[in-house]
Amino acid sequence: MADTDTKIGGSARRKEDKRFLTGHGRYTDDIDIPGQTHACFVRSPHAHARINRIDTRAASKAPGVVAVFTGEDLKADGIGGLPCGWLITDVDGNPMKEPPHPLLAQGKVRYVGDHVAIVIAETYFQARDAAELVEVDYEMLDAVVSPAKALADGQPLVHDDVPNNKCYTWALGDGDAVDAAFKKAAHVTKLDLVNNRLIPNALEPRAAVAQYSEGEDRYTLYSTSQNPHLIRLLLSAFVLNLPEHKVRIVAPDVGGGFGSKIYPYAEEATLTWASRKVGRPIKWTAERVESFLSDAHGRDHVTHCELALDDQGKFLGMRVDTKANVGAYLSTFASCVPTILYATLLAGQYTTPAIHAQVTAVFTNTAPVDAYRGAGRPEATYVVERLVGTAAREMGLSQADIRRRNFIPKDAFPYQTPVALNYDVGDYDATLTEAMKVADVDGFEKRREEAKKRGKYRGLGYSTYIEACGLAPSNIAGALGARAGLYEAGEVRLHPTGKVTVFTGSHSHGQGHETTFAQIVSDRLGIPYDDVEIVHGDTDRSAFGMGTYGSRSLAVGGSALMKAMDKIIDKGRKIAAHMLEAAESDIEYDSGTFKVAGTDKSLSMGEIAFSAYVPHNYPLETLEPGLDESAFYDPTNFTYPAGSHICEVEIDPDTGEVDVVNFTAVDDFGNVINPMIVEGQVHGGLAQGIGQALLEGCVYDDESGQLVTGTYMDYAMPRADDLPSFRVGTKNTPCTHNPLGVKGCGEAGAIGAPAAVMDAVIDALAPLGVKTLEMPATPTRVWQAIQQARGAKAA
Amino acid sequence: MNVSMTVNGRSVTADVEARTLLADFLRDHLSLTGTHIGCDTGQCGACTVHVNGRAIKSCSMLAAQAEGAEVVTIEGLANGEELHPMQAAFREHHGLQCGFCTPGMVMSAVDLVRNHPNASDEVIREQLEGNICRCTGYENIVRAVKAGAAAMGGK
Repeated sequence: MADTDTKIGGSARRKEDKRFLTGHGRYTDDIDIPGQTHACFVRSPHAHARINRIDTRAASKAPGVVAVFTGEDLKADGIGGLPCGWLITDVDGNPMKEPPHPLLAQGKVRYVGDHVAIVIAETYFQARDAAELVEVDYEMLDAVVSPAKALADGQPLVHDDVPNNKCYTWALGDGDAVDAAFKKAAHVTKLDLVNNRLIPNALEPRAAVAQYSEGEDRYTLYSTSQNPHLIRLLLSAFVLNLPEHKVRIVAPDVGGGFGSKIYPYAEEATLTWASRKVGRPIKWTAERVESFLSDAHGRDHVTHCELALDDQGKFLGMRVDTKANVGAYLSTFASCVPTILYATLLAGQYTTPAIHAQVTAVFTNTAPVDAYRGAGRPEATYVVERLVGTAAREMGLSQADIRRRNFIPKDAFPYQTPVALNYDVGDYDATLTEAMKVADVDGFEKRREEAKKRGKYRGLGYSTYIEACGLAPSNIAGALGARAGLYEAGEVRLHPTGKVTVFTGSHSHGQGHETTFAQIVSDRLGIPYDDVEIVHGDTDRSAFGMGTYGSRSLAVGGSALMKAMDKIIDKGRKIAAHMLEAAESDIEYDSGTFKVAGTDKSLSMGEIAFSAYVPHNYPLETLEPGLDESAFYDPTNFTYPAGSHICEVEIDPDTGEVDVVNFTAVDDFGNVINPMIVEGQVHGGLAQGIGQALLEGCVYDDESGQLVTGTYMDYAMPRADDLPSFRVGTKNTPCTHNPLGVKGCGEAGAIGAPAAVMDAVIDALAPLGVKTLEMPATPTRVWQAIQQARGAKAA
Repeated sequence: MNVSMTVNGRSVTADVEARTLLADFLRDHLSLTGTHIGCDTGQCGACTVHVNGRAIKSCSMLAAQAEGAEVVTIEGLANGEELHPMQAAFREHHGLQCGFCTPGMVMSAVDLVRNHPNASDEVIREQLEGNICRCTGYENIVRAVKAGAAAMGGK
């Protein structure tokens, strides 16, 4: 590997890979603490039932059992429920309905998999066997799983004191302006869309090991978390009422998250509480079926949307009405995902002058729904891009033309949208033009003809998406209802020998921070890449942090490190001035070298660090020894990654099977630290986006509320042979408001891809008369759509 | 019950419950935690190891069924500090992100090359059907397997 590869912009190979490739990664389930016990949770087999009685006597006497606890035990100890992190205010000015979310059910169970009791035993098998002996007397109640149905009068109530199961109705935008826009429209496109419910399925199931140390009066929780400090804060302040300084959370290697490992869950909170009760460490690892049942799910919107256009295809107004399923309880960010992270993105890349969105959040007897890769932004993109694609077909415009007529021009930034956001920079036509070149759009009609000769239908679909990332300016988030700040913290510690340890509040669970953050520090401080170590995931080591989600790590966490390094360099300049007997203003700094301007006198960062720790020739009267600086960075705006995705599909009308033959993504991520890692992030996002469009769908039985897709036999995860080879590229405009000029890349694929795939499928079938189709476009659905269209034509 | 086998060239013997899966035996009794368990239905492939030279899902086999067998796990693949060509190819081509599916993916890939020394992209994708990765979109895994196969020289 060439030295330059480790600079900013180089594809340094990853530091973390050796341990992962040799089996020496250390995931939560790999951790055993001497004397540990094992937990198994008793879960509700019913979607909705009253608990008349729980008899734990037989289970308590079973071999190896240490303790059995129920909701009553937690209640007796005054343990609170899981909090929601974002307050949404209803259109009437009332706070959202926020029913209690107990760790273990109290009185009622509200979804299949809801937590009823914890059984703790010497071995996992003993705990599992004993869990079977916990007798629960359930009085079954009718269940409701679809949001539209749940809102109707006379339906079962998930929470007795929440009428019509309505959590809130929230709105954004100028309704009058939208009405006026529709009145003067030459054309209106209307669509009903379902954004299918997904199960995140990080490959590592959630796990936790909790320990209470009597001697230190201190709790340690190892947990599969994307944000250990947030877990510590929430467990301390809201759930268990523990002194925050007496709680340590360690999120070691974490096997993927995609949002599902942001939230505090019942399991790790119960484990932490119970570890003190039983006086021994307790370990729990989810079986995959538990992940399906009780990890927070994603998406699940039902939307009616309309786009008003003039006779030239210029967008005049957009109207969106969405019902969002939040599941049985409000998870941490459940309330903000379908509102703040959704409706604010409905301008997309376009100059649509008037937009109004109304969102009704609904409780149902299903697992909680929260952020999943993209979180609100894929749902918004799907609405906007399906409307645009459909409008183009209806008006006889090309997909490129309709977009180019409506793009925010590159000289119009900063651009204030009618839905609150202020985009800082972008060049949407540049990514579209490049994507069309890479996708060989010019050759498509020929390929379509050739496919037709083979009896196959080809289609081309576009999605020109935008996202708001780098969550988030704390003051804006606070004004919108956030109950936490969204800054990030970092510390850069130079050691006397010139080596560097970096502590970040961001958390890597596949993103490669140990590599990219080391590149930034190495480049800025002129310290060899191999001499920089990144530490994350331990509340005892990093001062604070909000963790990793919303494509925020580099834009916010990386910026915190830049700020800390600015302080290091400022201090280094003072030390250098003293040692080189020059004025501070004469010291120039460049890539690890402090130099007296116009001379050959210089000192390296390593020499400065040594002097800072061995301060013999040092300005002690004005400067503290040591070279260790911290910084908190709170962004001034969101970042706005954007891009153009073009999907080409070929459909076999005999089977309804959709083959993604080409997928092109050209994105604008701002400055790129490591192109190899960015490309990998795009690939992964695309796989999840294509998965949503063609394969994945969480299904609950409408009557019983049973989860039908509860294993990998039933829930279609994308596999290697389901996906094409991706063509990806970038056309970057640096972010204008953070020190690295970066925007974030982790969610882009999942945000842009679904609309591109679906539009390609509809484009392929449009000649038959197919106008719309729901995700996932499984062979059955596609085949049925073809038959119906043929039937309609024949009739 | 007592089980004995050779794991990564070392003879091991242990007293286990009859229902102990090979995956649990490797992880809990031998502390070889590189073998991961990602599902309970033999679908995800994270637990793939080699038994008598063939890739198998160790969650779908009892430890007792491996009595007397030669087992190789991800920990036994490298030659000391030198990565196996397939491991090196995964690093070079960024064929891993969170690392959780990686041990199973690499063990499957090594077996794939033995059975299909000059596999095309299409064959590689088909052959990896039993291993789920949620992070990479498989693109770089396919590139890595191809490069690893070339470096292994078909062996």
